[in-house]
Amino acid sequence: MVLLDRNTLNQMFEALAESGFTVIGPTVRDNAIVLDRVNSINDLPVGWTDDQERGAYRLKQETAGAFFNFTNGPHSWKRFLYPPQLTLFNARRRNGDIELIPEKPTDEKFALIGVRPCDLAAIGIHDRIFLKDHHVDTDYRERRKNLFIVAVNCLNPGNTCFCTSMGTGPTAGTGYDLVLTELFDEDQHHFLAGTGSVAGTKMLEKLSAPPASPALLHHCDEMLKEAATKMGRNIRTDELADMLRESFDDPYWQEASAACLSCGNCTMVCPTCFCATVEDVTDLTGETATRVRRWDSCFNGEFSYIHGGILRQSTLSRYRQWVTHKLSSWEEQFGSSGCVGCGRCITWCPVGIDITEVAGKFWEKKYPSRKKAATKRQQPREVLIPVN
Amino acid sequence: MIAYSNPMMPHLCRINSRKKETHDTFTITLDVNDEEMSPVFRPGQFNMLYLYGVGEVPISISGHPQKTGKMVHTIRSCGTVTRGLARLKSGMPVGVRGPFGSSWPVTHAYGRDLLIVAGGIGLAPLRPAIYQALAHRKHFGKLILLYGARSPEDVLFYKELQTWQKRSDMTVYLTVDHAISDWDHHVGVVTNLIPRVNFDADDTVAMVCGPEIMMRYAIMALRNQEVPENHIYLSMERNMKCAIGLCGHCQLGPKFVCKDGPVFPYHRIAPYFNKREI
Repeated sequence: MVLLDRNTLNQMFEALAESGFTVIGPTVRDNAIVLDRVNSINDLPVGWTDDQERGAYRLKQETAGAFFNFTNGPHSWKRFLYPPQLTLFNARRRNGDIELIPEKPTDEKFALIGVRPCDLAAIGIHDRIFLKDHHVDTDYRERRKNLFIVAVNCLNPGNTCFCTSMGTGPTAGTGYDLVLTELFDEDQHHFLAGTGSVAGTKMLEKLSAPPASPALLHHCDEMLKEAATKMGRNIRTDELADMLRESFDDPYWQEASAACLSCGNCTMVCPTCFCATVEDVTDLTGETATRVRRWDSCFNGEFSYIHGGILRQSTLSRYRQWVTHKLSSWEEQFGSSGCVGCGRCITWCPVGIDITEVAGKFWEKKYPSRKKAATKRQQPREVLIPVN
Repeated sequence: MIAYSNPMMPHLCRINSRKKETHDTFTITLDVNDEEMSPVFRPGQFNMLYLYGVGEVPISISGHPQKTGKMVHTIRSCGTVTRGLARLKSGMPVGVRGPFGSSWPVTHAYGRDLLIVAGGIGLAPLRPAIYQALAHRKHFGKLILLYGARSPEDVLFYKELQTWQKRSDMTVYLTVDHAISDWDHHVGVVTNLIPRVNFDADDTVAMVCGPEIMMRYAIMALRNQEVPENHIYLSMERNMKCAIGLCGHCQLGPKFVCKDGPVFPYHRIAPYFNKREI
């Protein structure tokens, strides 16, 4: 473990850009922390933090000038690895004959800065889906191959976070090239950096940073342990998949989905939701056609369309499909839960439906006397609307 | 099956011949010349057919599994893509991805009676299994086909059905929901025929394909005859965009119809079968 300061961290941005990486990281835009190109540490959300609750998200400023003192915003990294819109191929028609022109996979190399442990787990889940099945998503494979991941451990989990319940955080497990923990120590702004790959080690060598003292490492461990106790949400996952598998006719789905607008926000912000549709577009003459893959949502009507009509007509059936897929069927399909506990679906649900509450209800119903989960909710922080 | 370089990229196959089957169904035979595409398939599998600029649809393969290099598809015109495919002429190209999915376990029925129950266009994905069974006829006990359609004019492969009916080693019962005066077969739903035919229930493999409501009653009838649940196979249908388990559309509970199916042993999907809006 070595200790980076602001300057050495900035040098990492430069080194990555020099190696041909497109550097993506958190940045403030439209009153939210989003993921986009970042050129230097100045593009990071310096001095910004956020308040999140069900159906609520507000940025506010903090005084320490921290870079990573916020929890995940609406974007997840899937937009770079599994883009919202992707051309699959182009086609040309001439004299009644057709030519299919494959789309070249992107040669863009991405460096992702500030991947939270929950999102790192989400990338691992996508690896399982897109790379480790009988058929491989070739575009994902190319994007994944060239990836450089800088994870950032979470010291200040948000009100809608529950990564501890899902076993994904707040400390990054594996799958990163570098992992950072942001520390303020006697007015010094440091980043404790560890490596998780050969590429990561080479990067640290390039940055020539001093090793961290054992005392600091211990301090960091303590803080991460404490962070694990500060989750705003919790769910019990033992038996949950089984409970949901048997929940199909449970009347509680009525109540759980009563407010749902079937808008699909939860599926768009979810870092693991991977459903996609395809669209065919032609020009006005019909001489060229393009096949495009787009993110889809199981909350859309056409999602379940087969000749004769839409299979999942009711909002209840769509909400039930989403929750049972995420927390139950996923385990049979891919060997893990489909939820990483990032809390985005709770924050970005316009009517504030809370997946941890819904999951908890199934627990309560089965075991009325047992506790569903010990929820330690943080005191709501003061909400400030940023002035741009 | 070989995993091709980009499973989302169709291969162009030309229409060798086309044939009108009924007022709303037709059969196209495609030549498979592309080296990257498998020229063989297993009965019950399907291809994704791409109509230039319009879209892609999953269509089961209805030809003879031993005739390689040809993909035969029997299609009902009911959507934009299938109506467009109906208008294509011989020699024109179609984009093809596949073959995908699980297959009818014809060999599982070796040494047993084989009972095939089909409704409407559901006969198309079962025809390759019938061909295969007939090619290895001596391995089976009884070979029974029960086929139902809405009306005589909806009966698929009628000439072939008559040929099979004439065979001494195969029992074929035809039925329609609504008959006209010169119909000399059964009238009523196909599932009503199940208790009327003679087979060794304990030692029978049943393959069922048709509308879900028909499959539901077929299963009830088969279970009444005490055919074991793990000897009943059905072919399911769901919306599909990718056919390789990556688009999420075809989920039936935890099953992906495209890669875990479309042919399932009934006991594997029993908890998810016949659930409204699952």
